[in-house]
Amino acid sequence: MANDPEEKQPSASSPKEPSAATPPAAGGEGAPKPPAPAAPAAKPPAPVAAKPPAAAPPRPPAPPKEGPVALDNELVKRYKEKFGPAILEAWSDRKQAILVVARELLAEIALHSRDEEKFDWLSDLTAVDWPKREKRFDIVLNMYSFEKNERLRLKAHAGADERVPSVQGVWSTANWMEREAYDMFGIVFEGHPDLKRILLPEEWQGYPLRKDYDILTQDTAWVRENLGIESGQ
Amino acid sequence: MADQRTPVATHADQTVLGADEIILNMGPQHPSTHGVLRVKLRLDGEKVIGSECIIGYLHRGVEKIAEHRTYQQFAPYVDRMDYVAAVSNGLGYCEAVEKLLGAEAPPRARVIRTILTELQRIASHLFWLGTHALDIGALTPLFYCLREREEILKIFEKYCGARLTTHAFRIGGLQYEAYDTLEKDVERFCKPFDKRVDEYEALLTGNRIWVGRTKGIGILTAKEAIDYGASGPVLRGSGVKWDIRKAMPYAAYDQYKFEIPTGKNGDTFDRYIVRLEEMRQSRLICLQAIENIPAGPIMGKVGKVLKPPPGEVYHSIEAPKGELGYYIVSDATTQPYRVRIRPPSFINLEAFDKMIRGHLVADVVAIIGTLDIVLGEVDR
Repeated sequence: MANDPEEKQPSASSPKEPSAATPPAAGGEGAPKPPAPAAPAAKPPAPVAAKPPAAAPPRPPAPPKEGPVALDNELVKRYKEKFGPAILEAWSDRKQAILVVARELLAEIALHSRDEEKFDWLSDLTAVDWPKREKRFDIVLNMYSFEKNERLRLKAHAGADERVPSVQGVWSTANWMEREAYDMFGIVFEGHPDLKRILLPEEWQGYPLRKDYDILTQDTAWVRENLGIESGQ
Repeated sequence: MADQRTPVATHADQTVLGADEIILNMGPQHPSTHGVLRVKLRLDGEKVIGSECIIGYLHRGVEKIAEHRTYQQFAPYVDRMDYVAAVSNGLGYCEAVEKLLGAEAPPRARVIRTILTELQRIASHLFWLGTHALDIGALTPLFYCLREREEILKIFEKYCGARLTTHAFRIGGLQYEAYDTLEKDVERFCKPFDKRVDEYEALLTGNRIWVGRTKGIGILTAKEAIDYGASGPVLRGSGVKWDIRKAMPYAAYDQYKFEIPTGKNGDTFDRYIVRLEEMRQSRLICLQAIENIPAGPIMGKVGKVLKPPPGEVYHSIEAPKGELGYYIVSDATTQPYRVRIRPPSFINLEAFDKMIRGHLVADVVAIIGTLDIVLGEVDR
């Protein structure tokens, strides 16, 4: 639990701009997240020291307390030693460790995390859509280690048509989570044994959690046909 | 374990059925599926040789809605996921946003949150016990359990005016001060409650029918439970001593003494024992908490317009059903960029196929019951 003295950040900003209560119409899409640039995949692992400034500058210096900062601890070093350039970035956000890894090696890194680093429990797998980025999807894995009582987040970037290696062979629980990510984002997981929609009907068109899928959008044809609702809404 | 990872292939159209095999649909309108869960069973006589859960009938797109509401506006929506444990959902969400903001609720608010959340755990387990026993054929426990649950709901009603979808907490603390007799009410409920649990045990634990229907049914070993991502009583019933309240304390749990009950065999009976013991432990936490509720403010300084700095957070709590996690991404606007909810029921249900294979049709209801799923949370 963060209990730092300098956490008045948000409340300090609120009196200044009470009019900001009305949210931007774009549904929070306006401001692309600065610390997650599509990092050049060829970044060599060696110049670790040069990395923190590279990750930091795009952010305005105003809110320095919270938010991602570059991370370089023993764990990250071990990962970099093992996988070298496949570990693209490492940061810590709200004291939570995040590793951005190469998509192609996601399953291998997951297996290594489970067996060698003892992150034996996959608590969550999901995705985030950043449509303005070159590779629009973040695949996010939240892992937990019973032995170390630690969490680690793995992230991989994927373009709209790129396939992501399935981690279902590493953790059986990933089966439904990957199906959900496929259902909601249309991300295809390579090697998944039974990739199909899970929450929405099989015939549904579109992927609702993509940012370009408006909240009022529906597969009106499906609704009309299957539910007999004329308007489709 | 390779064979378990092969596709289930229970669709009638995907599989060639043997001469004795049939496909049976259970649900979505079946009283013991606790909502709109449809289970497709592949049967060899009365034996289940494959299954597939078909879910989504209650899908409301909660995660999409979250992206179009402000942080505060979204808080009531989370109550509608696990609607028998709304207080826990609210706690998880409020704490996740607080973490994202770098704020924290004041001590008084945290203790009151803990009391209400533990009462909610008892209420949720009571509801589970009543319905689970009803599914298996014991009618009486339902009346006993709902009698006690009613007391808890009355406390919620007195506190915030709502019984089920309470929206009891706010980001940064509490909206309502504890009412005058909260401690007394909690004490009046908790003091005799261990005797009540003894009553349930007298009805069930030694009951030959109960034991026959639950012992050895739906076994999940510790290794399998971890592999399937199970959490909460399902994981602990398999002997893994892990509880987020202890491992990564939140609210005020670090101040109280309690045990983490575990099972040995990972069967339905063990999970039943674990949940009963958890009710006793929750009672102890409540009794400790009302002893000393610190004075002070109930709302932290978070401001009226919440604009968390850009970044992301994953925060999880031990909900009655397991790990309830919130993964929230902020882009420094008043609305979350992405809210991902890790629902314990959804992920525990995934182990259903593993647990049911080789058992009889009658055990399907026992296993659905022991997983303690709420479809509002499975489908979101």
